[in-house]
Amino acid sequence: MALKEILTDPRSRWMEDGGPEADVVVSSRVRLARDLAVYPFPHRLRAEQAEEVLHAVRLALDRPEVTKRLGKMEFMRLTELTPVERHVLVEKHLVSPDFLKGNPAGKAVVIRQDETVSIMVNEEDHLRIQCLMPGLALQECWELAGAVDDALEATLEYAFNEEFGYLSACPTNVGTGLRASVMMHLPGLVATRVIDEVISGLSKLGLTVRGLYGEGTRAAGSLFQVSNQITLGRQEAEIINNLTALARRLVSQEREARQRLHREQRGALEDRIFRSYGVLQYARVLNSEEAMRSLSDLRLGLALKIIKKLPLSIVSELMVLSQPAFLIRLAGKELNPSERDVLRAQLIRERLQGKRTGAGSEGRGNKKGNTD
Amino acid sequence: MLCERCNKRPANVHYTEITNNKKQEIRLCEECAREAGITGIGIMPQFVLQNLLGGLFEETPAPVEPSYAQCKRCGLTEQDFAQRGLLGCGDCYAAFRPAVGQILQRIHGKAEHTGKLPRRTGKMAGVKHELKRLRQELDAAVRQEAFEKAAELRDRIRELEKDLKGGK
Repeated sequence: MALKEILTDPRSRWMEDGGPEADVVVSSRVRLARDLAVYPFPHRLRAEQAEEVLHAVRLALDRPEVTKRLGKMEFMRLTELTPVERHVLVEKHLVSPDFLKGNPAGKAVVIRQDETVSIMVNEEDHLRIQCLMPGLALQECWELAGAVDDALEATLEYAFNEEFGYLSACPTNVGTGLRASVMMHLPGLVATRVIDEVISGLSKLGLTVRGLYGEGTRAAGSLFQVSNQITLGRQEAEIINNLTALARRLVSQEREARQRLHREQRGALEDRIFRSYGVLQYARVLNSEEAMRSLSDLRLGLALKIIKKLPLSIVSELMVLSQPAFLIRLAGKELNPSERDVLRAQLIRERLQGKRTGAGSEGRGNKKGNTD
Repeated sequence: MLCERCNKRPANVHYTEITNNKKQEIRLCEECAREAGITGIGIMPQFVLQNLLGGLFEETPAPVEPSYAQCKRCGLTEQDFAQRGLLGCGDCYAAFRPAVGQILQRIHGKAEHTGKLPRRTGKMAGVKHELKRLRQELDAAVRQEAFEKAAELRDRIRELEKDLKGGK
């Protein structure tokens, strides 16, 4: 079962090595919001109408032209998954946390085998098409999302208006329906304390910055998601190019900050990185925050080549592996927080000793050249 | 100055967004800002705008025609929108056209789509966009006294106008 494999394998295509600017940019994502013309938006759909939407989407994707062009996509109703399995999809960034709110009936997710394409059906909009790839690859994501969009539009009639473009439930998504985002690892900007300045600068440029895996505004793993706020009145290419250009500038600022740290505080930096590496290798109890912080240090160490012989992708893999629902799914039973901390420490330790966790075979890696 | 959302307490949280050199400001009191999720410096979670939308809608001048108060197709009322910040169906955009246009302008700085068009439903829109572009070019050509080019453009515009009539 392909989807069952996705649910037990912490690895995803989006975390693979070899993506452009992988030392700073973890992954890129493009999401398109689309709605069908003949139905009310999901929050006002009756149960039988929601079923009709699911049916129409399923038919649109099952056509031979579509599977030939885009590959086989697995369609799964949310109700066919256990609550833990649904949360694993969130932790692997394949569906949004909001998707799990409310009644799971009438909702479905479509996932392509390699996990680069996922479609949420009946989230806030009838369709949320998402493409996720490793490194700074917004253009590739947009092309793929556009192809999925075209394939669906061949049989589905979208809610579209000449003036406002693609119509969505929330006015913040109207127009292109396009939200592009990059997940960036910015420990250098955090350590040199310029991150707040950078964040407020970006928000003045119509971009949104969110901390990942953190509580409130704090980002435990120095991971930040930068995305466009404006969807109307700009062309898709403009949105993609703007965000790509800004991400590139952030990448060079982050690299400079890292180099400066390495030059001016070498001892302290190396100490921190090796301590974290030690914790990850030997700790017997690891809570989520410490795991995230240590993994962030490990990623920085790998990017600066202070630690060698491990792929960068192992960090994203272990971050997903460390999430609560994933641990419960692997344990096969309910775990209280302290049991989770023990299992988390054990799995991270074993993985760093070279043991694989979960299903899936070796070598799902892509073969693009390494840029680092 | 009073909070734009509750109109009761003084506004001391200012949220500013600059797009294409156009500045938009939302002034809120601390309580409403907290409710809307504006907490730390600069970090603006996605859901914030959506929560604010209801407020924007309430302060937008009432629509001129009373029939606009409810979407004929899905039954969504202005109050529903003000409460959740979500529209009910594609037709709501036409039903609440004046207010929605203003809201879009405030969120995006512009209220006109210039991006991708769906192949089937967007055909006419494509022709209209092209026409608009050609008319602008024609104006420019006339201003520059490039009459040969202007004549070409005029012919092309006439053709498209014919297509548009024939297609309807």
